[in-house]
Amino acid sequence: MATKPILSVSGVAKTFILHLREGARLPVVNGAGFDLYAGECVALGGPSGAGKSSLLKMVYGNYRVDDGAIRVRDGDEVVDVATAPPRRLIRLRDTTMGYVSQFLRVIPRVGARDVVAEPLIHDGVAPEEATKRAGELLARLNLPERLWALPPATFSGGEQQRVNIARGLIAHRPLLLMDEPTASLDAANRAVVVQLIEEKKRAGVAILGIFHDAEVREAVCDRVIDVTSFGQMAA
Amino acid sequence: MIEQPLLIAEGLSKNYGARIGCRDVSLEVYPGEVLAVVGESGSGKSTLLGLLSTELEASAGRVSYRLRDGRLADLASLGAAEKRLLMRTDWGFVRQNPADGLRMAVSAGGNVGERLMAVGWRHYGHIRDEAIDWLGRVEIAADRVDDDPRAFSGGMRQRLQIARNLVTRPRLVFMDEPTGGLDVSVQARLLDLIRQLVAELGLAVIIVTHDLAVARLLSHRMVVMRHGRVIETGITDQVLDDPREPYTQLLVSSVLAA
Repeated sequence: MATKPILSVSGVAKTFILHLREGARLPVVNGAGFDLYAGECVALGGPSGAGKSSLLKMVYGNYRVDDGAIRVRDGDEVVDVATAPPRRLIRLRDTTMGYVSQFLRVIPRVGARDVVAEPLIHDGVAPEEATKRAGELLARLNLPERLWALPPATFSGGEQQRVNIARGLIAHRPLLLMDEPTASLDAANRAVVVQLIEEKKRAGVAILGIFHDAEVREAVCDRVIDVTSFGQMAA
Repeated sequence: MIEQPLLIAEGLSKNYGARIGCRDVSLEVYPGEVLAVVGESGSGKSTLLGLLSTELEASAGRVSYRLRDGRLADLASLGAAEKRLLMRTDWGFVRQNPADGLRMAVSAGGNVGERLMAVGWRHYGHIRDEAIDWLGRVEIAADRVDDDPRAFSGGMRQRLQIARNLVTRPRLVFMDEPTGGLDVSVQARLLDLIRQLVAELGLAVIIVTHDLAVARLLSHRMVVMRHGRVIETGITDQVLDDPREPYTQLLVSSVLAA
């Protein structure tokens, strides 16, 4: 195991300011700090509304950070997501960080297999090879082949989520962020996702995620970080 | 890997008499990146596009562009001939109203072929073949090559305008509300096409749109304009999911989720 963390969060704080509601302040996280190492899977724990999802989004650079640092190792460099210029952050996502959201954001007219293959093609894999690997992954996730060419807009929640997981896992990223990857899956497909996560870990990928399903969490997670244990939130 | 910007705008301002079109806008666009300029009507986004593409003359500030030989040129210093060449070879401009970007009385094939001739293509057969190939890429059947765009639907015209602009492999394309005024289903097809072609050709694009969904689908970064100024910038998903400025919060919260 590498001795330097791939992700190091320290003193992270975030408060939403809702200008449309007279500038109401909505604190989400305060004093968040932890390290994540290659090959381990760590769950963010705590009740609903404790800021787990927001923290995950801050690590990905989807939400802004008010205070503190989120340092991600990118080869020989360390990039602070909290302060990195937009183009550096985009490159960090290309090289290092993947994100599996809770819901698939459908792209009009693009078929499921192409949605999944896209990150690989973006990485420079030949379209034919990318499409082949996308098909293999969708097959493992039990998505019927007759659906592969169809845009996922009309798919069921579970089918969309499997497309989403495949899209999020197909390319290699040393740091994976997962927001409830198994929420609407049946037991058989949950087991496939557990296997896929195990394979990522063996490949040295560090995973930070939100896993509400206790069985999945126990199967894949090496430790749990309780987000309510961070510094007291200022009301 | 040191990346150099393709286009740099510094302190761009434009006044229309006492009215301000654009005030002190600075931005950079890099090769292969899509930058969305969003804001409501009257925010100055189309004025900005006009300034960046030098169709409008700035009251203050300057625009520099990296030529194919690597030289960074102040666009105001280029001669008329040099600028014309740049516009024909290196740039494209997709306008909201296809009639403004197409020659409506010239055949579809002629609209595409004209740009090729402008960059030195002479062989009729090759020009026609290339035109038909590009019509195919924008999903216009080869048997429509001799029809003129007046016989085309709005969506087809817009796809033809895209073919006309991309056939010469430009490095930078300006787009002004390219999906505005189209039916939603037609819009989706066009967006998907733009998305594919931009990725495939590695184009840099500056796209002006009031439609945040278009910005999310197509752009890597975005700038939000209000009253002629840039009030917020960042990675597209960050600006849309965690907008900081009151005006951006209003814009984002005003969109009906479908």
